[in-house]
Amino acid sequence: MSDQATNPIAFVAEGTIPPSPPPANETGVIKWLRENLFSGVVNSILTVLSLILIYILLKNTLPWILNGVWNANSLAECREILGDKTGACFAVLTERWPQLIYGFKYPVDAYWRPNLAFVLMLVAIAPVLFFDLPRKMLLFTAVYPFLAFWLIWGGTILVPLVALVGCIAAGGVFQKLGNNSFAAGFFGAIVTALVIWNVGGALIPEGASENAWLSAVPSRDLGGFMLNMMLGVTCVSLSVPLGIALALGRQSNMPLIKWVCVIFIEFIRGVPLITLLFVASVMLAYFFPPDSTVDLFLRVVIMITMFSSAYIAEVIRGGLAALPRGQYEAADSLGLDYPQAMRLIILPQALKISIPGIVNVAVGLFKDTTLVSVISMFDLVGMIRGPILASTEWNGVYWELLGFAALLFFVVCYGISQYSQWLERRLATDHR
Amino acid sequence: MSTMTDPPKADFRLSMLINDTRYRSLTFQVIAAIVIALSIWYLGNNLIQNLRAAGLNISYSFLGDSAGYDINQRLVEYDSQSSHARAALVGLLNTLLVAFLACITATVFGVIAGVLRLSNNWLVSKLMAVYVEIFRNIPVLIWIIIIFTIMTAVLPPPSAFRGENPTSSMLFGSFAFTNRGIYFPRPEFANGLFASAALNWLLVIAVLIGSWFVSGEVEKRATKKQEETGERPATLLPKLAIWLVPFVLLMIIMGLTWDVPELKRFNFSGGLNAGGPLIALWFALSIYTGAFIAENVRAGIQAISKGQTEAAAALGLRQGRIMKLVILPQALRVIIPPLISQYLNITKNSSLAIAVGYADITATLGGITLNQTGRAIECVLLLMLFYLTASLLISTGMNIYNASVKLKER
Repeated sequence: MSDQATNPIAFVAEGTIPPSPPPANETGVIKWLRENLFSGVVNSILTVLSLILIYILLKNTLPWILNGVWNANSLAECREILGDKTGACFAVLTERWPQLIYGFKYPVDAYWRPNLAFVLMLVAIAPVLFFDLPRKMLLFTAVYPFLAFWLIWGGTILVPLVALVGCIAAGGVFQKLGNNSFAAGFFGAIVTALVIWNVGGALIPEGASENAWLSAVPSRDLGGFMLNMMLGVTCVSLSVPLGIALALGRQSNMPLIKWVCVIFIEFIRGVPLITLLFVASVMLAYFFPPDSTVDLFLRVVIMITMFSSAYIAEVIRGGLAALPRGQYEAADSLGLDYPQAMRLIILPQALKISIPGIVNVAVGLFKDTTLVSVISMFDLVGMIRGPILASTEWNGVYWELLGFAALLFFVVCYGISQYSQWLERRLATDHR
Repeated sequence: MSTMTDPPKADFRLSMLINDTRYRSLTFQVIAAIVIALSIWYLGNNLIQNLRAAGLNISYSFLGDSAGYDINQRLVEYDSQSSHARAALVGLLNTLLVAFLACITATVFGVIAGVLRLSNNWLVSKLMAVYVEIFRNIPVLIWIIIIFTIMTAVLPPPSAFRGENPTSSMLFGSFAFTNRGIYFPRPEFANGLFASAALNWLLVIAVLIGSWFVSGEVEKRATKKQEETGERPATLLPKLAIWLVPFVLLMIIMGLTWDVPELKRFNFSGGLNAGGPLIALWFALSIYTGAFIAENVRAGIQAISKGQTEAAAALGLRQGRIMKLVILPQALRVIIPPLISQYLNITKNSSLAIAVGYADITATLGGITLNQTGRAIECVLLLMLFYLTASLLISTGMNIYNASVKLKER
């Protein structure tokens, strides 16, 4: 005991031991590899298999892509340049670029018009997609469809002008009467627009399109990826309002309206888009007045819009059903009538819930625009399968062309879906 | 919406039709009925006028006429002298065939990819993410064309099998993979019990269904025994016997032989042939829809609470068995409703067969028959009717199945 008193403890550390680095296999790359790639026998086998797969894919595609020939006038010339190396013949893309994008009949000196329309579309669509932009920009969005029509189809400016005036007048009538009663405003606006369009249409002189600033381009001359873009954008923007109307109709407690909507939606969803496109190409013309000529583009737009609006209606119906009952009751208790309740309380919330679904439908629709090649419209796929592969210079360059088409669609569709995810995060107001 | 307890009856004003909730819905429906009737009248009137101007009438008698075209991929007897109705039937069966095959393989691909996408293995899950994104964001039509092109470019032509030193040879001497399709042996009955081959096959199917019922009964009895005594009798051997004995006996009685494809002058003959378009369409539809199903499977698995995995792990189950015994059975119930709509999508997307020349109903009835006879309205209506019926049947069937497997709660 006394010993301990003089020498109580044999050793006392005087300073703290500096922390030593963790074991080598618990840090950095090695730890990550161990945890994510080789955490067990099965995982290691899977990793090795994946690496082999990736190696095979790269070994076969990389030389093909890297040796690619970008400048040649025909496949034979490509093969000559390549010699016995394997390589792609991307020259077809550079040489046929305008055809892939604009189709083979669109006048070459008018390529600036769809280009300008495309750039303006980005401007017009921006305030719809991003809410932080000034709201005044929506004015341009409202004018854009008429402007784009004039740019792409050309002809007299009077046609889009009359259409625009009709819409503005209808909007004015709706503002005036709609304050009092939604129904009066709605029907008043429709009647006004119809009157102005008919009167204005009759006032446009017969040969106005011939000496117009922009030469007229008939719809059958449109083609290439431009056609896919036009069909996609037009049909999506038309089918959203139609889809909302159908969804509300399906939820309505008026039996007649409800059953009309149900039958329409179920019928459209039960048949493939191809049959609807057949309707557009061979059958729909029979339903228009005998002396009228409704061109194929418009008929296709009508059918694709009907198709996608049925799907969008179902998505929105889901959104409407997901809203708590209390929201409807709250709207009623405020004394709002049906249009007010829908416009101010129900639809904004329901649409927010439906955004991912609507974007899904939009992406699907954009991909489905390639089906018009089946009814011999020369969209991107139609151009590749038809004129380009059939030409003597480029007979046999499947991979480069199909790969290009796939890449183009992938970029656009992936972009849209990334935007929708961003929007979902942005709009998330629930538990964060 | 409040209602008056004692509404005044006498003073009905016209404005009440639109302002009074009691009459308003009636007013709107009457307006809607008038608008619908007017538009139907307008469209119908146009149709009649146009048809008269074109000298056409609506008639289905063309279905009985001789079709005059050949279909090389067919499940029932057909030649170019057969009627258009027969051609439509061949197309219909072809649609059902490719849709059925693609539904099965798409489900397999989808479940594998969906499970692997949640794997702990970083590389595997990223690879699966790439697979899903690539296939979901590129149109199915492009995939069908790409896969058809791969098939015709990579596989050897039938001529490669000929000569002294053929560059390619048949697998096991009986399977030939060519760029025109796959040729494989066809089972035939030397002394069948019935004269027609179809009846013999029906008999085989009936026997198999019988075995299925009996083996289900054995399983049930075993479970009952286990509940009573705690011991489960061995069921493997009896079940094997139930499946195999009647089947093998039937095969011996009917004299099963194989009709092996042989290389004749220009092409293979004999045996069965799955044409290039069928294989390409089947594969493209499965791998495309598989990507969508993978996302449904992933969502379904993620919908199962983590506690289930942890509870299973606490019981000492291993990773693979947790997935097989605990997670997947529960997840499948969440997955089935979206799966139904994917099956419907496959059926509808099979109409893209027209792009690779597979003779499905869209290509026969909506393609060649329509072009030959010019009967656009009749053909398109029949086509729509078929797809509507198929969609309704699939969704009804799958909904019944869904109702039987969904979680039974209080």
